[in-house]
This record gives sequence, C-alpha cells and structure tokens, in this order.
Amino acid sequence: MINLMDNCCSKCTHSPATPCSNYVLCRTAGPFCHTDKGCEEKRKNHINNVRVPSGGNYQQIIVCGGTGCTSSGSARLVDSLKEAVNEAGLSDRVAVKRTGCHGFCENGPIVHIKPEGIFYTRVKPADARDIVNHLADGQIVERLVYRDAAGNSYPHFHEIPFYAGQTLILLTNCGHIDPEQISDYVAVGGYRSLVKVLQHMTPEQVIEEIQLSGLRGRGGAGFPTGKKWAAARRAAREIKYIICNADEGDPGAFMDRSLLEGDPHSVLEGMIIAGFAVGSHQGYIYCRAEYPLAIKRLKSAIQQARQWGLLGKNILNSGFDFDIDLKEGAGAFVCGEGTALQASIEGLRGMPRVKPPRSTEKGLWEKPTVLNNVETLANVPLIIQMGAEEYRKLGTEQSPGTKIFALSGSLVNPGLVEVPMGKTLREIIFGTGGGIRDGKAFKAVQLGGPSGGCLAEQHLDLPVDFDSLSSVGATIGSGGMVVMDEGACMVDVARFFLAFTQKESCGKCTPCREGTKRMLEILERMCRGEATLDDLADLERLCRVVKNTSLCGLGQACPNPVLSTLQYFREEYMAHIVEKRCPAGVCAELVRYRIDENLCRGCGLCLKNCPVQAIRGQRKQPHAIDDSRCIKCGVCLSKCKFKAVVRS
Amino acid sequence: MSDITCTINDKSVTVPRGTTILTAAAMLGIDIPTFCHDPELSRYGGCRICVVEVKGWGQLPASCVTEVREGMEVYTESEKVLEARRTILELLLANHPDDCLTCEKTGACRLQEYAYRYGVRKGAFPGACHAYPVEADNPFIMRDMNKCILCGKCVRVCSEVVGRSVIDFSFRGFHAKVATPLDSGLLNAGCVFCGSCVEVCPVGALTEKQRIGKGRPWELDSVTTTCPYCGVGCQINLLVKEGRVVGANAAGHGVNGRHLCVKGRYGHGFIHHPERLTNPLVRKNGQLHEVTWEEAIQEVVRRFGRIKQEYGGQAIGVLASARITNEENYLLNKLARLVLGTNHIDHCARL
Amino acid sequence: MQECHCEDKQMKLAQLLLKYKDTPGALIPVLQQAQEIFGYLSPELLREISAGLRIPLSRTYGVATFYSQFHLKPRGRNIIKVCQGTACHVRGGSKVLEAIKRYVGVETGETSEDLRFTLETVACLGACGLAPVMMVNEETEGQLTPDKAVKKIADCE
Repeated sequence: MINLMDNCCSKCTHSPATPCSNYVLCRTAGPFCHTDKGCEEKRKNHINNVRVPSGGNYQQIIVCGGTGCTSSGSARLVDSLKEAVNEAGLSDRVAVKRTGCHGFCENGPIVHIKPEGIFYTRVKPADARDIVNHLADGQIVERLVYRDAAGNSYPHFHEIPFYAGQTLILLTNCGHIDPEQISDYVAVGGYRSLVKVLQHMTPEQVIEEIQLSGLRGRGGAGFPTGKKWAAARRAAREIKYIICNADEGDPGAFMDRSLLEGDPHSVLEGMIIAGFAVGSHQGYIYCRAEYPLAIKRLKSAIQQARQWGLLGKNILNSGFDFDIDLKEGAGAFVCGEGTALQASIEGLRGMPRVKPPRSTEKGLWEKPTVLNNVETLANVPLIIQMGAEEYRKLGTEQSPGTKIFALSGSLVNPGLVEVPMGKTLREIIFGTGGGIRDGKAFKAVQLGGPSGGCLAEQHLDLPVDFDSLSSVGATIGSGGMVVMDEGACMVDVARFFLAFTQKESCGKCTPCREGTKRMLEILERMCRGEATLDDLADLERLCRVVKNTSLCGLGQACPNPVLSTLQYFREEYMAHIVEKRCPAGVCAELVRYRIDENLCRGCGLCLKNCPVQAIRGQRKQPHAIDDSRCIKCGVCLSKCKFKAVVRS
Repeated sequence: MSDITCTINDKSVTVPRGTTILTAAAMLGIDIPTFCHDPELSRYGGCRICVVEVKGWGQLPASCVTEVREGMEVYTESEKVLEARRTILELLLANHPDDCLTCEKTGACRLQEYAYRYGVRKGAFPGACHAYPVEADNPFIMRDMNKCILCGKCVRVCSEVVGRSVIDFSFRGFHAKVATPLDSGLLNAGCVFCGSCVEVCPVGALTEKQRIGKGRPWELDSVTTTCPYCGVGCQINLLVKEGRVVGANAAGHGVNGRHLCVKGRYGHGFIHHPERLTNPLVRKNGQLHEVTWEEAIQEVVRRFGRIKQEYGGQAIGVLASARITNEENYLLNKLARLVLGTNHIDHCARL
Repeated sequence: MQECHCEDKQMKLAQLLLKYKDTPGALIPVLQQAQEIFGYLSPELLREISAGLRIPLSRTYGVATFYSQFHLKPRGRNIIKVCQGTACHVRGGSKVLEAIKRYVGVETGETSEDLRFTLETVACLGACGLAPVMMVNEETEGQLTPDKAVKKIADCE
C-alpha cells in the first residue's frame, strides 16, 4: 500500500474503479470489507503519518509552502532539511513536508515541528542542520524562535500572540496537510461530509442545514448561502452550474489564495455538496491567473479527486455525477463580479449585466447558477460535519462562523488570521495583529479593499460582522484589512483606491466609466494642492451619483473609500484644499523639507545624497534646502542621523 | 401571466408582468430619456440616463431594464433623479467635443436634446478627453469615436439584427471604444454598409458621409416611397431639401422596419446625376437623339418585329428584373411567350 | 532554425483550434494558450483564431483588448523600465535612456526585433536616492551612468 487511497491488500474490494459508498470511510476507519489486523495497522499508520499524534516516535518538519514563504525561499529550505535529515540518519522517523500558508508571511519561511508544536521563523537553508539537531536531542534552536517587539520568545505555536487569538477551523488544514496529496486531506477527515451528504441526506436536508447554519457569502455582500442554493434548487431546469469565485482581486487580500493553496480539497468538497444540493452536475472554478500556485494545486486536486472517484460519474456509488473544470482569469478585476465572471467563462468581455434576473434563475449560459466564494464553499463541509447548531456557536447571531482576514499595513504582525465573526476591530488589530508597528499611533483601518471604507479610532470597538460594519459605511468585503498609522494621508489613500477601481472599470456604464475618471482627477488635484472647494462639492456629488446609478457592485461601491474618508477625516481634505497642506506629509507636492539649524551638525550626508543638489552648506555648518530645486524625494530625511531634516 | 399594478409619479398603471418601468411610464405618457435602450435590441442598461427613483430602494435603477413589481412607487423626475441625470449628462459632455455648430447630428442628437431639457452645459469636470482620429476610410460612414457615448446600440444592431458583428467594444474603462476588428476600418471588416449602426446612433458618432453639409434635420422634407432597387419593396423616406434628395432612411414600417441595405440607404446619387437618362434616346446615323416615349416604343416594336420575321421569335431573349414586381414579371413572361414568341426568358436574380 | 520553430508553432495552433473548435466559451483559454505559444497575439494570429473558432474578429479583438493579460504586440524576453522621475531626470536619466535606446535599437514602448528587450519608461520607481535608476525584469539597478546601464542590459540573454 503506497497511498492511503490505495487498497490495503487484495482482499479489499473498495476501489475507485468499482464505485463504493464506503470508499472514504474504509480508508480512514477501515478496512470494512474484511478483517485484518495488519491492514488496520497499515491504515492507522498512514493516518498517524499525517496527523502526527504526540507520544509517537514519529516527527515531522513542516515547511510553509504558501506564496509568501515560497518567495522567501522555502523550496530550497525543504531540500536542505531533507538532506540534513538524511545525514543525521533520521529519515525513518522524521519527515519533511511542505504545506499551505501559515498566515504569518512576514516572518517566513516558517518551519513547524510536529507533534511538539515548536515554531521557527525566518528560517534559512543554513539553519537546516540545527533544526535537525533539535529533533535528535530535543534542544530548541533559540535564535529561530519567534520574539515579539518586547523581546519575549514564544517557542510554541499556540502561545504566539498572533495565533493565540485566532480560531482556526477553515485554515487549520493549511499548515498541516500536504495540499498536493488528497490522502492527507482524507486522513484528517476530508470528504467525510460528502459521504454523509450522499449517504444520509436529501438535497433538501442539505439546503436546510446550510440555511440553519446562517452561513453568509464571504465574498463581500453577505448574502445567505442557503437561500441562494434554495433558489437555484427551485429553478426547474435540467442543467445548472456551480461556480466557485476564486477571482480574488482586492489589493491586500489573499484569503482565498491561501485556502486554495493550502487546502484545495475543502473547496472541491464544498462544491460537490453544493452541486448535490441544487441538482447541478458541473462546477467551474474561476481562478485569477495571477495565482499560479493556487492554479497548480487546484489542477492537481481536481485530477486526484477524479482519480479516486470523488469527482465524475456515480460518486461513491450514490448515482450522483459531478465534475469540476478550472477556468483561468485573464486579468480583469471586474470579473470578481458574478455576472462579469460568467461572461468571462462564456468567452466574452467581462462586462456585468443587469440583475434581475438573478444568476440563480439565469446565470452561466442562461442556466441557473450558484456562484459562491472560495471561503464560503470551504465552510460547507465544516457545517455538514459539525452540524448547523454547533456551527452557530461560532460568531454572532446574524453572522455565524469565522472569517479569514488579510491583515496588512503598519502592523506588528501582518498576515492571515481567522477569527470568529463579531470580534472587535481592536481585538483583531491590537490583539492578533500585535498593534501598530514602530510605536506609532493608530489612525485608520481600510476594510474590504476598493469597495470598502475607512474606519477611524472611534470605530475600534465595533464588532466585525456584516451588519455592524455596513452601518458605519464600511463593509467586511472579502476580508482585506489595511491598517494605517498616523503617517498615512487619507486623501492619498482614497486616491490610491480610486486609481485602482478607475483602472479596472469595464466601461459599460457611464457613471463608473466617466465618473471614476473625474473623481480620480479631482483627488489628484487635491493631492497636488490644486483643488478648490467647488471640486470638493463636485467630488461629493460624483460619489453620490456613481454609487446610486452604477450598473454593478464595482461601480456602486467604488466611492466608499472616498465617502468614508470624507466622513471621518474631512479636516484632512480641507487642509489639502484650503491650506494646501498635507498634514501627514505624504502628498509630495504639498510637502516642504527644511533643515533644523539647531540640530544639523553639517555632516554633509544629506548634501551628498540629494539627487538634485538642492542642499547647500559648509562642512560642520548648518545646511539648508533650496526649495526651488528640491523634488521632495525624501532622501535627505531618511539619511539624516540627527533628525535635523523636517518634513512639513 | 398576471398583471401588475404600480404607480409612476403618483399615477396608477396596470401592466403585464415583465413590463419595464420605461414601458409602463410610456403607457402613462411619461417620457424617460434613454440612450442605450432600443425596443428591437437586447436589454443593455449601460447609459444610466433613464434611472428613476423607486420608493424604498437605495439605488436608482435603470428604468429600461428594471421590471415593475406589484405596488412599486416610481418617481421619474425626483430631485435625486434629476441630480443623477444632470451629472451623467455632464460626465458625457466632459468627454465629448464641443462641436454642435458643425456636427451633422445637430437637431437630431439625443445628447443635445437632453442637455437642453435638463439645462446642462459643457464645462463641469475638466480633465482628460479622448482624441481619436476620425475614421472616414470608406465611402459611406463617418466614425468619430470622440463623440461616442458607448451606448452600444451599433454593436447590438450589427450583431443581433444584421448578423455581421463587424464592430464590437474594445479596451476597457475610460479607454473603452467601439472598434472595427483590429481597429483597421470598416472596409476591412466585412461591413456591408447597411447603415443600421448610423440609424440607431443617438449622437454624432456615426454619421453619413454623403449628407455632410447637405442640410439640417429641420430643413428636410421626408417623402415616403418604395425603394427602387429590388423586389423586396422596402419602405424608405427620401429626405428632400429644396426639391433635391439629399439622403434616405428607412420609413420605420413595412417589410424592412428601420433597416435598409447599402443601396436603399446610400444608393440615391443617381437621382440628381447630370448623366442620368430622363428621356428615351434613339440612335440615328450613329448619334443618340432624344425622342418621345411613343417614338421609342415604336422603334423597339419595329426592330423586334424585324428580328422575329427574319430569324423567328426564338432569336429574342428576355431578361426580367428583380427590381420590378411579381405582377410585372408575370406580364413580361406573357410578352415573351405570347407576343415575342420566345421561351428564352430568365431573371437577373439567377445570374 | 527560426522557420522550424514557426512550423512547430503553427502546428500547435492548429491542434489548439481543432481541440476547441466546438467548445463554447473557448475564446479566452485559446487566446491564453496561443499567447503562450507565440508570445503575443499578432493581428494574423487573432484572425486565425477567429476563423478557427468561428467567432467574429471584432469580438476576438474586443476580448483580447479587455483583459490585461493579453499582449497585442510582441514582448521582449527582458523588460527594461527606465525611471523618468524628476530625480532621475536631473541626474541624467534621459542620457541613460538614450544610451539604452541606441543599444537596443528601439524607441520607448517598443520591443527589439530579436525580441530580446522591451523598453518602457515609468514615472517614478521610488528609488530617488539611487537616481538614475531602471528596472531590468525584477531587479532594480541604481546610480547608473549610460555606460553602466548598457553594461547591465548587455548581460541579459
């Protein structure tokens, strides 16, 4: 038996070639078809090899293989670790494994020793031998242990403040299983929900369970998933489609990418269950082409699921057929919008169409279509497994479950976190996120990417769920959370997001096509200090009209970053317009650099580094900046060792 | 299919399920401006000029694509709607040449009409403007994409009605543009120059080359007639200024509705052509001389008679035309077989 | 050698079109795979794809220009982005650009005939302290002189 999915011996009758309802369970709790202590042992060993229970003799070195850690060199690290294990003669009891993302990307590459739960950060190939020595003699490699800003060290995974505040249920597999091995997923209980659904539930019961769970779409709008499925089930058409929306395009959001890279089968399982529930036999995953690793892992997951009879005809001898095709996006943010995504799958320009009819009536190829986001679908097997009642214990009444957030910006611990819905912004930003970096003050948090809003200090105690956030003009969005410190200019932030949506507008409807361009032009004028109060009035009017009259969600939501910054940081806009001043010192045209004569030692460092020779001064004499030549690049400020260069 | 009752501007109307707000409003005599809507084309909902306010809705839905629901309360000219319409017009004008004085479309331009109706001037939102070269590489259609408001009617009419799909949207966002394939012009696109795109264009983006400078819409008389070209019998309006035909368009009724072919739409240059034959000519001593119809017919009778006498009727062949009616073709057949005595008769459509 | 490759590519394209001929919604995957074979989507290629899939050329063009992944002009194996920000400009960025243009033999925004380089300019790379700067593929090269810049790109394959 080479693979958990293979037959244990010739007596085993379960195989993908002969569809069998006990196939998955037989692999994990079996064998069922015959009794053989040896076979049972083999299965148990296999499962232990994945789960790595403590007390055993077997250890695992987990290397994070998410995109972040891969780009900081985790692939080479795996090779050196394997080499070191072999050299130490430990290969019979120590395995090196690459998993999906651990979410702690900034501290990568990450290595995690199982079953002890020791967590190493920023590991280099040169550290391999020391890590293997740890496994041999039990001595923790202190220098690789995570330390917080105060210098406290946290050798154990579960003690690290970043993880301590999280509830990992969706992401739990990401750091533990090999995403390219279906057997790993099955060993940790994967595809059991599918078995339960196919063997013991009717489609109506599945939908009811999802409705009872209160699961709401994680793509941003928070539409009840069960309601969507029920509508598609009601549609009396022979052909229906399930689409997994994996076109995650918000700048700063990578929740879906991590799930797809780390636990692709959970998404496939969710899709198959959705297919069974609504009566569809064909699914599509629309994944953006910018995620090559996710695409590679999805391809391998689909291929393996087909190979083992979990996709295709007569799945697990239930008579239910379902298959999944992978569609790669071609670079258009708007294709995250449901109807644009469908147009793109149909081979057309990704231009949204008017709703209604809703996709559940007329979607892809005019057939009833359920379109769910990656994270939503990953929740499905979990709900089936836990039961709706248990699931509802997580999160809030109106927004049950957990939510994955991509924390970025000026945080101590940026990364991917999963927390129950209803945690406050403060708990997420200052607890899990570790607070603001470099001792600076919190200024704002931008939620939900270009469609979301900016919230300020006074909102920090708001619970993060669908309804609380929309009440203050923000949205949970897909889960991007950009935290900004006092050094951020909110006008510039609004300009940044608008520049993004403007570039991604499809051009179909007038308000979005023409309106975003003019909004951006006004914001650019503000950042240059050329705007007037009339411009501000125009901007506000444009925000209203674009929001009220745009055809699709992209246009309707794109004024949100402007509206929310206008609401909570209006004085900054006024400073740009009236005083021609950027209080945060970000907008280059409004910034002036000068040298404080009392602090300047005349070292000449700034003078030497100024790219335009705008600084004059004798050695050991205070220097001065010539405004007419200065291009405000800020090099002098970053070079000065005496804090003599002042930006105003 | 049950009927639905709703109110528009506080007036109640009952319409069949599936009726759009736009149609329901029209039934009450309420005019809602539209650019991209056309009853013959698929629903688009892109220009957003037709937005209306529906009580209880956050957004302003486009009335051309939103179906009425029971009890819906619609307002077509509320403050919110007016602000939106004016802003949309300002946005369109901000990226539109200031060219009404010489624009061929003046007087028949929807953008102009609505700007007037809502009191909107060009001037808001200074900023980037398109600067596309005007495409005039063919004898019939001028394409000035700087004036295009991207309503997409030309794209839809070409694909949905004409079935040619020679133009489509290209690029995206602010740079979106209705383009010929590879931007290489209509001549290379397999365009049949039926002019349907020009017919549906609400602004001056698509105009007829032949009509440039030939008269403003209000100066033209429209004379409905049957197209002289083929047996289909399309109804056309000849557009006449001071006794001269300056153009033609589809009459909007009859077999062709609003559509014509290149000949029916653009092939009227012969009417006032100096070389056009307006009287029969008979060659005498090698020279063509103008004669009366009487004389001309006599001449034909004489010559046919001679041929028939000398070589027999079968020496004569008759070619009928698609440009005359069935009845006339029937009579020609009679003339050939009974009078001329030949069965050599054929029809140009078989050539 | 070149001709050989061409035939090979044409063969691949023919197979691609045959495979997707009757598949609805095939245009985008076909454009993606065709671009992989040929490096970019030339007018001739778009024509062939349209004919092969029986899709109007106007629509193929519309789709190819909608998605940012598609390139309608050949791209070089190496992408050079020369910074033209103020700092770079005053420190001789334009001289650097001129030298590169001479070496590569193309204007800004163009690709050399041998497809070795695509030359682009950017507004600012945010590395003003190192001015003048350029990016060659993923690497940022700073404190350039015309000679130094040419030497850097001469190393590219």
